[in-house]
Amino acid sequence: MRESPPILSLRNVSKSFGAVHALTDVRLDLRAGEVHGLVGENGAGKSTLVKILAGAHPADAGTLTVDGKELRPSGPADARAAGIAVIYQEPTLFPDLSVAENIFMSRQPLRSLRRIDAGAMRAATAGLFARLGIHLDPGRPARGLSIADQQLVEIAKALAFDARVLIMDEPTAALSGVEVERLFSVVASLRESGAAVLFISHRFDEIFALCRRVTVMRDGRWVSTDPAAGLTVDDLVRRMVGREVSSLYPKTETAPGEPLLEVRGLTRHGVFDDVSFTVRGGEIVALAGLVGAGRSEVARAVFGVDRYDAGEVLAGGGRLPKGDTAAAIAAGLALVPEDRRQQGLVMELSVERNATLTRRWSLSRLGLLLGGGERAAAREWSERLRVKAARLSDPVATLSGGNQQKVVLAKWLSTGPKVLIVDEPTRGIDVGTKAEVHRLLSELAGQGVAVLMISSELPEVLGMADRVLVMHEGRLVADLPRTRADEQSVLLAATGQGGAG
Amino acid sequence: MAERISRLRSLVGSWDAALLVALVLVVAVGAVTVEGVASPRFWRFVTLEVIPIALIALPMTLVIVTGEIDLSVASVLGLTCTVMGQLWLWGVTSLPVLVVAGLLLGALLGAVNGLFVTVFGLPSLAVTIGTLALYRGLAYVVLGDRAVADYPPQWTAGAIGAIPGLTIPWAIIVVVVLAVAFGIVLHATPIGRGLYAMGNNAEAARFAGISVVRTKFWLFVATGAMSALAGVFWTLRYASARADNGSGLELAVVAAVLLGGVSIFGGRGGLIGVIAAVVLLGTLRNALQLAYVPANTLTIITGSLLIVSVVGPNVAGLLRERLRRRRPAATPVTQAE
Repeated sequence: MRESPPILSLRNVSKSFGAVHALTDVRLDLRAGEVHGLVGENGAGKSTLVKILAGAHPADAGTLTVDGKELRPSGPADARAAGIAVIYQEPTLFPDLSVAENIFMSRQPLRSLRRIDAGAMRAATAGLFARLGIHLDPGRPARGLSIADQQLVEIAKALAFDARVLIMDEPTAALSGVEVERLFSVVASLRESGAAVLFISHRFDEIFALCRRVTVMRDGRWVSTDPAAGLTVDDLVRRMVGREVSSLYPKTETAPGEPLLEVRGLTRHGVFDDVSFTVRGGEIVALAGLVGAGRSEVARAVFGVDRYDAGEVLAGGGRLPKGDTAAAIAAGLALVPEDRRQQGLVMELSVERNATLTRRWSLSRLGLLLGGGERAAAREWSERLRVKAARLSDPVATLSGGNQQKVVLAKWLSTGPKVLIVDEPTRGIDVGTKAEVHRLLSELAGQGVAVLMISSELPEVLGMADRVLVMHEGRLVADLPRTRADEQSVLLAATGQGGAG
Repeated sequence: MAERISRLRSLVGSWDAALLVALVLVVAVGAVTVEGVASPRFWRFVTLEVIPIALIALPMTLVIVTGEIDLSVASVLGLTCTVMGQLWLWGVTSLPVLVVAGLLLGALLGAVNGLFVTVFGLPSLAVTIGTLALYRGLAYVVLGDRAVADYPPQWTAGAIGAIPGLTIPWAIIVVVVLAVAFGIVLHATPIGRGLYAMGNNAEAARFAGISVVRTKFWLFVATGAMSALAGVFWTLRYASARADNGSGLELAVVAAVLLGGVSIFGGRGGLIGVIAAVVLLGTLRNALQLAYVPANTLTIITGSLLIVSVVGPNVAGLLRERLRRRRPAATPVTQAE
């Protein structure tokens, strides 16, 4: 098979932000009629690469050529004029404008006297939708469209610009199964029409289903580009991580000790009802269930962030007062919350301030925080958890998602908790960090910590837990030991069909 | 080492440094061009003017860092003055008793603000605009149009007396001690760390075990008490209690805090900048008065500075971003294939 020449190619592209080398000598070729996969851990430089292609950041060095001509975009408009379109994970449409108006924003077809030709705009939109096989009304407002539909509108917008290079930055992260299927068929039709698609994803099954070639990046460098047909998941993981990932779920067997957290009849009207369970030292208990089953709400109530109407929480040798987070922390509880950006971290504050926020009293002497106590503590923990940060005084917002999660973990592990509650501990972080987090949880359980892990990822639940609690519509419906928990039993309970337990 | 250098660099380019430079410039230019600015009397006067503003600006800085605001401070000052005046009329002649009563009243008025903001969850801007009017109204209920002006002259002499050997009033020592105390609380204690955390992201602060509600409540109480302390000083300095004492002072305080680099959105800024801004505004105002600049012009200048202080840091950030973007494009792209 003869290869067509690349539409777009990057050669020796480098980019630094201050002292951080985000990209070093990166290369990439995108050919017409090809879906090209790009994988790498969080922080590998994929997002920076996308921003350079989109014209949002200029490269420090290297060349970007489109159709054999060198392109130096001074802004997103230049990149778009050259036929490059980026579809982001969460598109930003104007909610009160119609779909057609969104697609033709700032390039509306005009009639005489510079009036907008609404009819032509609608017809053109309908034409684009037909080409892509999308069933959407061009006249409806963008407000209320699902994320999947918004992405499709963005793709139609890209076609309206005659874009020949589409860059899709983790488009499927927020989509359901059916929506992914539909997106795939649209991508396939783009490929047939001769466009080049760069497809970035953390999900290997999608990469293999869709891509002809796959490029791997690590630590801001190009690692390999190979036909997908000759690759396995193990190959990709090894290249992404740069070492063998012995196991994603390093579960060690431990003998459960004393009960460290007891929850009895916990009820919050309309949210969860009569929830009782015990977590022993050395045990990892997973709390599974569908999104909205009330798992996070239970965790928040236990930790004292929210109040509850009835029941009690026993930990640290006593009953915890309602709605008192400080008391829960004093009793040895820690909660790594679900929403890292809103609940786990103060994004504007530095890494060290975030990492030591929970220990600000224990690090103080006579009530004062002078000298380098906080910095030393932050340094110790960021080294232990291998946090990648240029400086500890940088805002935590500048770190990648996986590193941010490590800061949250440092913040809580440094308090020496006896009961650790983790809510979706590996959501949105890359495979290497994921394995690290799992190893950490196993280690902690080995040291006698009671771990309660809320997770929506079944492999994680089954791979890590000694016991699986399942919630359905605010009630605890199953308590499965490791030996009896499998995909089927957990799913049945979570959907309210299983009588298991 | 590298970290230390970068810290030094960030200090040089900081808003605090800009304020200190501006302060030195105003003093230098004033001393050369305006008759009397170089004299000790001028500085004595500036100090007396600045003391009440500084007293209130200290807790106000902490309040604004948490993302709240208290606009009722000048009315608390006024109500404290009138209640102390009424007590005097009723025959309370002990200064310590009057002072303690005033401070307790201020704390109580602050607690009312705090209660509405924290327990009922109302926005502090709305609550304290309400109590701004309410407390001032109560001040008129207490004294009406009357003025209590027969305090013993030696009280005034005591309050504004100079530090031996200097012309600067001794009361500034109290302000300095309090400023150091507030500075330590904000910048070097676990409480201060919590204030910045809740100012940036109250929810994350709550998840970290910081009691946002309790902390904010006590901050409003402290602001009330400090406003009352400013009221005590006001009463003694002018030997006069009137219902309109300190009217409009809240704007001078907020202007100083914002000019000092504290973000109106919370979470950013520090006390050194605020102190520099208080002194800067006080000096500028008095120097211009000495130069016979009309009062309206003074107000315009203060207002413009307030705008500059809010817009300034944003524009500076924008410019820095522009420069950062332009720089790489200006250098030729090397390494063609």
